[in-house]
Amino acid sequence: MTRTLISSAQMRRGRGKYMYWTLLTVVIVVFTLVFVGPLYWMVTGALKSGQEIAQTPPTLWPEDPRLTNYTDAWHQLDLAKLLFNTFYYAAGALVFQLVLDTAAAYALSKLRPAFGNVILALMLATLMIPAMVLIIPQYVTVIDLPILHVNLLDSPLALWLPAVANAFNIFLLKRFFDSIPEEIMSAAIMDGATPLRTLWSIILPMSRPILGVVSIFAVTAVWKDFLWPKLVMPSPETRTVSVGIYAFSGGTPMNVVVAAAVIAAIPTIVFFLIFQKSIMSGLTAGSLKG
Amino acid sequence: MATITAQGKPAKVSGPPRPPARRRGRRTRRIQSNLTGYAFLLGAVVCFAVFSWYPMIRGIVMSFQRTRRGETTWVGWDNYERIVNDPSFWTAWKNTFYFTALALILGYAVPFLVAILLNEFRHAKGYLRILVYLPVMLPPASALFLFKYYAYDPSDAGLFNAILKFLHLPTSEWMQSTTMTMPAMVIASTWMNMGAAVLIYLAALQNIPGELYEAAEVDGAGIWRRIWNVTIPQTKLILSLMAMLQIVATMQLFIEPLILANGAGTQDSATSVAYLIYQHGFFQNDLNGAAALGVIMLVVLGGFSFVYVRLTSRQDET
Repeated sequence: MTRTLISSAQMRRGRGKYMYWTLLTVVIVVFTLVFVGPLYWMVTGALKSGQEIAQTPPTLWPEDPRLTNYTDAWHQLDLAKLLFNTFYYAAGALVFQLVLDTAAAYALSKLRPAFGNVILALMLATLMIPAMVLIIPQYVTVIDLPILHVNLLDSPLALWLPAVANAFNIFLLKRFFDSIPEEIMSAAIMDGATPLRTLWSIILPMSRPILGVVSIFAVTAVWKDFLWPKLVMPSPETRTVSVGIYAFSGGTPMNVVVAAAVIAAIPTIVFFLIFQKSIMSGLTAGSLKG
Repeated sequence: MATITAQGKPAKVSGPPRPPARRRGRRTRRIQSNLTGYAFLLGAVVCFAVFSWYPMIRGIVMSFQRTRRGETTWVGWDNYERIVNDPSFWTAWKNTFYFTALALILGYAVPFLVAILLNEFRHAKGYLRILVYLPVMLPPASALFLFKYYAYDPSDAGLFNAILKFLHLPTSEWMQSTTMTMPAMVIASTWMNMGAAVLIYLAALQNIPGELYEAAEVDGAGIWRRIWNVTIPQTKLILSLMAMLQIVATMQLFIEPLILANGAGTQDSATSVAYLIYQHGFFQNDLNGAAALGVIMLVVLGGFSFVYVRLTSRQDET
């Protein structure tokens, strides 16, 4: 335990100890209320009837908890379909990013072809461009791909391919590959392994932690994204869950909309609780040393 | 090794005959290794080219063109004129700057203070971190519907109004009042996004050498002096970087007005620049005007980045 603002010794003694435990208790209670409270309100609110939710003062626990809002949301919004779409897009984005971004980072880190640094710089430059600035020309590009003149509207490729153009992931992967000693590479080449085999059998098994981080980012990005899937997946059959809820929110009772929002949030929450260690370490690993 | 020989492609492994022509062999090998490198880069580079580099140029080109009935003509600065004369143009910028400023006051200071606080605790560290980060994982649309329907309900049945009433404070109309629209959006946005900043600050705080605090304490510096003279100077770099990132992120305010305020809000009180881009591009069928507004936004944010780089590099010199 390193020394922080206040020394541990001071916190263990008399008044300091008393202060420390009081403050800790207050913070735990307040933070639980602030960060879990709204979620509790959301989940229980959607269990209330239309009249009960409009009642003043609001009830802390539903008087007559009912699942009808959740079942209505499930059927009216066809949530099974929306959730499946989102899973499918997230899985595809994950595969595309893992394959193409890993290959690119490997080339930039280990194979180092001529002008590799220029390519890396051009990729990193895209991090400086705000997403909203590109949204219109990107949309125009997707509805009429240059050279091929293909319209990708409603095709999952419209989500998967732009996801590959993720300079942050390439940067994370490249930096990790850079830390793998050069001798391992040359030994593999001496043994006659092709670059692909070296990547597959040597580099990738050593890179599990960073591959985990990149995978988590890839999946959560698709799950949380809103405007881009709203634009390129306009049909009711191809919508993501967030877009679907938004599209239905106009003509649907608010409790049903919130129930749908709860259902849409469950996968990410479960995902977070399972992978919280890698998510939180990945976040700081990527942002600090960069 | 057994797997390598068992599955490897023999044709490639054997390669060109090596011993005789050494010099020529080295050059062909370099070309070959370059080609292999490009082959690995190809997929990602194509995606960058089609979905990032090309749209960047295309956006600028589009902003000087007009497409009507499939015919594209050069129109000079017409799109810019039209977009600047949009009655919502200045309101949108005013709102966006207001949101950015409010978010800097609330959304920037709060995560740093929370991180300083959390860093002092010896217990429940994991739990508190999970709590703070939990909203970051929610799909923004889900979180915003929660705020819209339950928290910002303008009647006394809403969560916030119920709390305010319980505390005997005046209640608010939230999204229906023009003055509370922006603060309400900043509260929602901060709640949703602060977790990431807290964790980044926590990691930075853990890198501060403990001896600095010890030395400050020996010199008689109290807690606030220690924060001012040790914590802030030691995290200056990450603090200024996060300020920049936050400005760029908040200037792109979009989903909060779209869901909380149905886009424009009461009397345009929620219209943001990003929303105006969306509005022009997809409702007014004016992709060229929207592209022009995108370019204006790029210039403004580029200006911010430029000032930031100038300020930080000057600080390093002194």
